[in-house]
Amino acid sequence: MRMPLLRLEGLTKAYPGVVANDDVSFEIGTGQIHALLGENGAGKSTLVKMIYGLVKPDKGEMILRGQPFAPGQPSDARRNGVAMVFQHFSLFDAMDVAENVALGMENPPPLRDLARRIRDVSEDYGLPLDPSRLVGELSAGERQRVEIVRCLLQDPKLLIMDEPTSVLTPQEVDILFRTLRKLSSEGTSILYISHKLEEIRALCDEATILRGGHKIATCDPREKSARELAELMVGQVLHPPERPARPMGDVVLSVEKLSLKSNNPFGTSLKDISFTLRAGEVLGIAGVAGNGQDELLLMLSGELRAPSAQVKLKGLPVGHLGPNARRKRGLVSAPEERLGHAAAPDMSLTSNALLSASERKGLASRGFIDWSATESFAQQIIERFDVRTPGTHVLARALSGGNLQKFVIGREIELDPDVIVVNQPTWGVDAAAAATIRQALLDLAGKGAGVLVISQDLDELLEVADSFAALNEGRLSKVRPAKGLTVEEIGLMMGGAHDMHVAHEASA
Amino acid sequence: MILGSINPAVLMAALMVAATPILLAAIGELVVEKAGVLNLGVEGMMIMGACVGFIVAVNTGSPIMGFIGAALGGIALSLLFALLTQALMTNQVASGLALTLFGLGLTALLGQGYVGITPPRTPKLDLGPLSDIPFLGRALFTHDIVVYLTIALVGAVWWFLKYSRAGMILRAVGENHDAAHALGYHVKRVRVFAIMFGGACAGLGGAYLSLIRVPQWTEGMTVGAGWIALALVVFASWRPWRAMAGAYLFGGVVVLQLNLQAAGVRIPVEYLSMSPYLITILVLVIISSGKGRSLNAPGSLNKPFHASS
Amino acid sequence: MIRLEKRKEPSKFWRIANPFLAVVLTMIAGGIMFAMLGKDPFVAIRLIFFDPIFSETFASYSRPQLLIKSAPLILIAVGLAIGFKANVWNIGAEGQYIIGALFGAGVALAFFPQPGWYIFPLMVLAGAFGGFLWAMIPAILKTRFNTNEILVSLLLVYVAERILAAMALGLMRNPDQPGFPGSRDLRRYEAAHNAELIANTGMHWGVVAAFIAVIFAYVIMTRHMLGFHVQLAGQAPRAARFAGVAPARLVVVCLGIAGALAGLAGMFEVSGPGGQVRIEFASGYGFTAIIVAFLGRLNPLGIVLAGFLLGLTYIGGELGQMMLQLPGAAIQVFQGMLLFFLLALDFQTNYRIRLTQGMRA
Repeated sequence: MRMPLLRLEGLTKAYPGVVANDDVSFEIGTGQIHALLGENGAGKSTLVKMIYGLVKPDKGEMILRGQPFAPGQPSDARRNGVAMVFQHFSLFDAMDVAENVALGMENPPPLRDLARRIRDVSEDYGLPLDPSRLVGELSAGERQRVEIVRCLLQDPKLLIMDEPTSVLTPQEVDILFRTLRKLSSEGTSILYISHKLEEIRALCDEATILRGGHKIATCDPREKSARELAELMVGQVLHPPERPARPMGDVVLSVEKLSLKSNNPFGTSLKDISFTLRAGEVLGIAGVAGNGQDELLLMLSGELRAPSAQVKLKGLPVGHLGPNARRKRGLVSAPEERLGHAAAPDMSLTSNALLSASERKGLASRGFIDWSATESFAQQIIERFDVRTPGTHVLARALSGGNLQKFVIGREIELDPDVIVVNQPTWGVDAAAAATIRQALLDLAGKGAGVLVISQDLDELLEVADSFAALNEGRLSKVRPAKGLTVEEIGLMMGGAHDMHVAHEASA
Repeated sequence: MILGSINPAVLMAALMVAATPILLAAIGELVVEKAGVLNLGVEGMMIMGACVGFIVAVNTGSPIMGFIGAALGGIALSLLFALLTQALMTNQVASGLALTLFGLGLTALLGQGYVGITPPRTPKLDLGPLSDIPFLGRALFTHDIVVYLTIALVGAVWWFLKYSRAGMILRAVGENHDAAHALGYHVKRVRVFAIMFGGACAGLGGAYLSLIRVPQWTEGMTVGAGWIALALVVFASWRPWRAMAGAYLFGGVVVLQLNLQAAGVRIPVEYLSMSPYLITILVLVIISSGKGRSLNAPGSLNKPFHASS
Repeated sequence: MIRLEKRKEPSKFWRIANPFLAVVLTMIAGGIMFAMLGKDPFVAIRLIFFDPIFSETFASYSRPQLLIKSAPLILIAVGLAIGFKANVWNIGAEGQYIIGALFGAGVALAFFPQPGWYIFPLMVLAGAFGGFLWAMIPAILKTRFNTNEILVSLLLVYVAERILAAMALGLMRNPDQPGFPGSRDLRRYEAAHNAELIANTGMHWGVVAAFIAVIFAYVIMTRHMLGFHVQLAGQAPRAARFAGVAPARLVVVCLGIAGALAGLAGMFEVSGPGGQVRIEFASGYGFTAIIVAFLGRLNPLGIVLAGFLLGLTYIGGELGQMMLQLPGAAIQVFQGMLLFFLLALDFQTNYRIRLTQGMRA
């Protein structure tokens, strides 16, 4: 075996109430692509933050190329050849690509030289970029390129990538993997963080699995099945959700030729969207982040108004109605962002139950709130959806992602809707909670509601959806039956022929 | 014709003087806001500068010492704001208001013995033959040095924000503090420096009022200049040269209004003297009526930053 | 190494304790300030905070004053607090107060010298309407043109002050005494006089109005959907929109309530304790009320306590001026310090201080 580039020995980091990493040790070889695998909350982020100098370990040490390595801040790490591509990009929307790259470098050359080097390097690695464009105008995939190029320009010995494929189409993932393999063959080590098992099996030489802050195993992922890896990661045997057979009913929701301008300058406007949703049907809408998912949800929830006749609920026009009027008529929704959109972080669960339920549950009469009824409604959600919390008085932000998501989705399901629209229902949620949520959505469809699931997680969509469509730059593809779709076909729907063209060119 | 008695060259000259204090305060606040901090205490820091600058100048006999003292006074008050908002994570709007209320009270107390005194004169800069140029000479080249230094400062801030690495970091901190933190920049340190710069500029602007423009000390003498400076930053869409254009436009309104008063136009003085405020509101309306967020508005403006890791 | 750590839930204890702690700290810092001014700090503090109520010499004068000074502060602060909760920053209450007073006085002067029971109620309506109208300027500019309400409401204070001056010198000047600036004395016009309801208590209609406003605000904020939406909009604007709150309507409602209450305060003042429209009529209640609102934790009941405390500092300040030749501005400094200390202390509500050893691997 080659000499390890980085050795971690007994790294421990505790936050109040939680030990994020407990005595974690492993090695990353030179030129190795090493996967760090774990659920949300398993301690992956804390671990890489320690390597990148953002967090100081309480105990343990790191040895980089035989030397003790204790970065006090990210610039120390960068000077030692450690670079990182963040999951939530560390980019600045209102600044151009060159400035964004310069901000991530220790001693950037003058901007004009830098622009040339960005062009050179980005083309070398098949990631074309225009240095003078504003980052806010780039697609998610292009934004990731900015991050990667920023790292490559510093000639890193170790490149840390945090969930890099969550924002990419399958075709873009291929390009990324090619880039990473090229880097690895040139001797750069890569620490690749993910919870997507197939990806890891396809790309990585070695995998370290974390669960609850502990190292569970280090293994060769190609020698394990995806199922074995999943069970190592989750620590329990997983059951795919049950899909009761159900007849499709009448059309409950239809959208016709709808175009709508985004309310956000960096948002994506909806263009000529048409689809129908039947009672009992689960329609899955895929797409890479930032292709109009938020806008689609806002348009359906009523936060963005549309021309009245272009959105119909059970045959009646509702486009002009606000959120409460739509709820009253049976259309409910759960937006992607739990904290701050679907729930108010600094309010109790009782208040958060009132948030969308006052109308359908009759929790207020003539404007006066029935707090005791509201509290029992909150209690009901907590019990039926197994929300782990000390009580209804707890603030929303004090709940874990999974528990809050169960509460939010549960709240909407308890409203007994005819149509429910959810965006990223299991994003950042642990596997057990995700399974509960998906099952609840399927059960609701089984009872005859129309369910629209917007998600960037293809596996999730293939698991729950009867029919399938994809958003690309605000346009919705044709809806197709989910059964029998291949990943390549889905990729085409998500990316469109245009991007395929670019991909082939880049790889040529 | 009454308006005929107003000499355009004199008007132009007076306009530059009227614009200078709010331009100073505005350019300081612009940098603060570019770093992502909204300091509504400009009025308080300005009056602090006016008062401290006046006291120092009277006691030392030197306007230069006065200006230095004013800048330090503004910085002192701004550090209070920095302590509250950056270290103690208080609401920026409330803290800024507190700064203004406190500054107005404190200066009323400090300046008690100084009402009715004339401060040492700040000499005009001798620009020799330049000031003899017809019209332009009178309008542009008959001022004290602060007027020119202020213009230079606007240029310097423009260059700093656009071309320097430190300026780029400052903008990055203001645009997305989480990303800046993730890259290892010291968000709070950058912000504290920006806040101090804002305090110094506001203090200088205040001193310009009490030492040159009026020149006298009276309680609450800034009468809203700090707020107008805040409005000016919005008007300028956070661009230094536009802030200067805005300040001169505003100065023009003030001077014209004063001239109309002096010329005895048959409108009561009270109505004329409210025009600068009304014009400021009008301009704010025109600027902000554009749709959506201006690309230039700092993305993290007025959002608290607490590093979770 | 000291670090701040966000609490999982804000500490209830500190939320309530901090205002009291802030008062104590202000007294200490104020005492130091008085000592530096060459006054005996203990005497000064006693004079400001205790003598107005407890001293036999002064209490007969100053006890009624307490209601007179506190009522407008409470009335204005209750309205402001609703807005602050919704993140609608109306800091121009002083202007709304002035315009309310002018509207109220305008009605009175229009009827002068006619008697009539209906005149005073009309003045009340006019006062509330005037404040409302003035607050609608920033509200409509905000909702229609997205103009910053902080700046507009504040700038309008300066405009209102000049309108006040113009009225005192022009339209509303007392025609019987053209040599003096200022309107007729409304206290001498029975139909318009906001007289003491119970002699020597300071109890006037404005106190009653403040009392009603506090109860009204309390019910709205704790039991009504409007109060819930106000808090939602302030804490999580996107969640508010999800809950069906129309942000524009909320801005109008918040500014409207605050403006009407401030207008009422101005009207009760000009027809009672103030007596006439004068250039010096505006005394900063609109700004002090901001401090009252924060000190009262934006809670109507807390505002009552805070209103009395700041009312007290006004009276104590006057006593201090009389007895110790304390500068009048000292009270302003006092009020400013109070807000500073409160804000500074409040970090304990949301954060916990932790001492950690700077451990390195």
